[in-house]
Amino acid sequence: MAFAAFGGGAAAATAEPAPLRRGWIAIGLLAPGLAYLLLFFLAPLVSLVVTSLQVAPEGAAKGEYVPGFEWANYANAIASYWPHILRSFGYAITATLFALIIGYPIAYFIGVTARKWPLIQALSLTLVIAPFFISFLLRTLAWKQILGDNSWIAQTLHGLGWLPADQNIVGTPFSVIFGLTYNFIPFMVLPIYASLERLDRRYLEAGSDLYASPATTFWKVTLPLSMPGVVSGTLLTFIPAAGDYINASPIYLGSIQTAMVGNVIDRTFLESQEYPIAAALSVLLMGIILIIVSIYVRRSGTEDLL
Amino acid sequence: MKFSLGKWLLPIYVVIAFIFLITPIAQVIIYSFNDSRRNNSIWGGWTFDKWTGVCDQQGICEAFGTSVLVGIVATIVATVLGTLLAIALGRYRFRGRGTTSLLLFLPMATPEVVLGAGLAAQFLAVSVSKGFWTIVIVHALFCLSFVVVTVKARVASLDPSLEEAGRDLYGSGPAVFFRVTLPLLTPGIVAAALLSFALSFDDFIITKFNAGQVTTFPLWIYTKKSPPAEANVIASAIFILAIVAVILTQVITAARRKRLGMSS
Repeated sequence: MAFAAFGGGAAAATAEPAPLRRGWIAIGLLAPGLAYLLLFFLAPLVSLVVTSLQVAPEGAAKGEYVPGFEWANYANAIASYWPHILRSFGYAITATLFALIIGYPIAYFIGVTARKWPLIQALSLTLVIAPFFISFLLRTLAWKQILGDNSWIAQTLHGLGWLPADQNIVGTPFSVIFGLTYNFIPFMVLPIYASLERLDRRYLEAGSDLYASPATTFWKVTLPLSMPGVVSGTLLTFIPAAGDYINASPIYLGSIQTAMVGNVIDRTFLESQEYPIAAALSVLLMGIILIIVSIYVRRSGTEDLL
Repeated sequence: MKFSLGKWLLPIYVVIAFIFLITPIAQVIIYSFNDSRRNNSIWGGWTFDKWTGVCDQQGICEAFGTSVLVGIVATIVATVLGTLLAIALGRYRFRGRGTTSLLLFLPMATPEVVLGAGLAAQFLAVSVSKGFWTIVIVHALFCLSFVVVTVKARVASLDPSLEEAGRDLYGSGPAVFFRVTLPLLTPGIVAAALLSFALSFDDFIITKFNAGQVTTFPLWIYTKKSPPAEANVIASAIFILAIVAVILTQVITAARRKRLGMSS
């Protein structure tokens, strides 16, 4: 049942709700949740914008800022950290593509091929969500160990001469993208599975009856019908990947050269206490994500998913 | 029967993909049995000592307890608020319904680091000191949207005629809600609660921004650059419990379907 959560709005969009009968009931149901969101989601976003415009007064202590309209904070943030911003989106987009390439066949297998065998289907779904149940930090560290300098994978690649002797796997853009891909694959597989599971097999038979090759049937029938799943899967992978900074952190799969914008926000907020810069970067990250998401959703023609 | 490569290509690919998915999990579990002295990334032979003496490791069981407590409180808050919202969105048409849906979608479209920094900036602005309750507040917030999505799907699949039948039998509004609507929604609500707890328990990024001096299990792991085998023990135990729970749920669902004569 928990899988339904990843099906996105598509699963819910079955029936139009009955018109409002008693207004006060709906208001009573909505009020507590909306108040919570107002207080702890919208207000913090406003705080973030306010913080991003603060200025440090003359002779201020570390972390001391007063309200202001310092738009230069944004210019400074971009000037200092544009490589991190670009890197974040580059890594996130690449990892999303890899997750789609790896995840779609898995989702197809579970949702279509394995339909005849409910046991295999259930087992496969369990395997897909299994990474959720083991600590995110520990499973990322496990990859660091598996790909590390002393691991048999690195040794073999060095031995074969495929990897230069002075080159490591861990600490490179490759290992960061690898980690992001691994960690967010379940988010990709589950929505695609949810949309393929509802796919009527007779459509595929119709395709072959009309002399379409399996490839043509896939491109013209299966893929378009699973688009809602692909869109929610790519979004559920892309958004957390763009903001993630565990995989890119030097303690885990990255190095200083792979620092993403999340690493910078963490450092400037929690360590050097440059709150305005951290806030400006957060606002930029959120803004860019919202722009990319809205363009993507509009172009793929699945607005009603939101 | 003729052997065709095309037919086997997908299953073989999927098996390789599953090996890829399972590899680090196996690594974590195997290293929970590692007889390590200082560095758990070096294999030192098999032992059960780390399982029997988990709490000997300074602070780990306190951190685990904190995570469980945070998870339970945050799950209760998110599940209650989220279920009410899901019923309102699934059952009623009202002005601002689209805006409400969008508002609920937004926290899911916000990267954790932005949510974390935003709340931290907010707590800073109103001078709230960070600790147990600020962690609960942020966890309930990011779980809320997932609860709404999960329960809403269940509300949408609910047959309205069942509630009508309740009213026809002179059930009062609350009676129909508690005796008909709520029991029918229970599987969705339980799934949402389990999902919330899992999300809360494993959250690191948002927690790091809002924890103050309190240490949750993921924060404890983070402070150890190379976590000891005891961390693997706790993570493995939780993994095994969760997998058993998932398999049991599937078996029960399958059995119920069979009994009701439903096709899958």
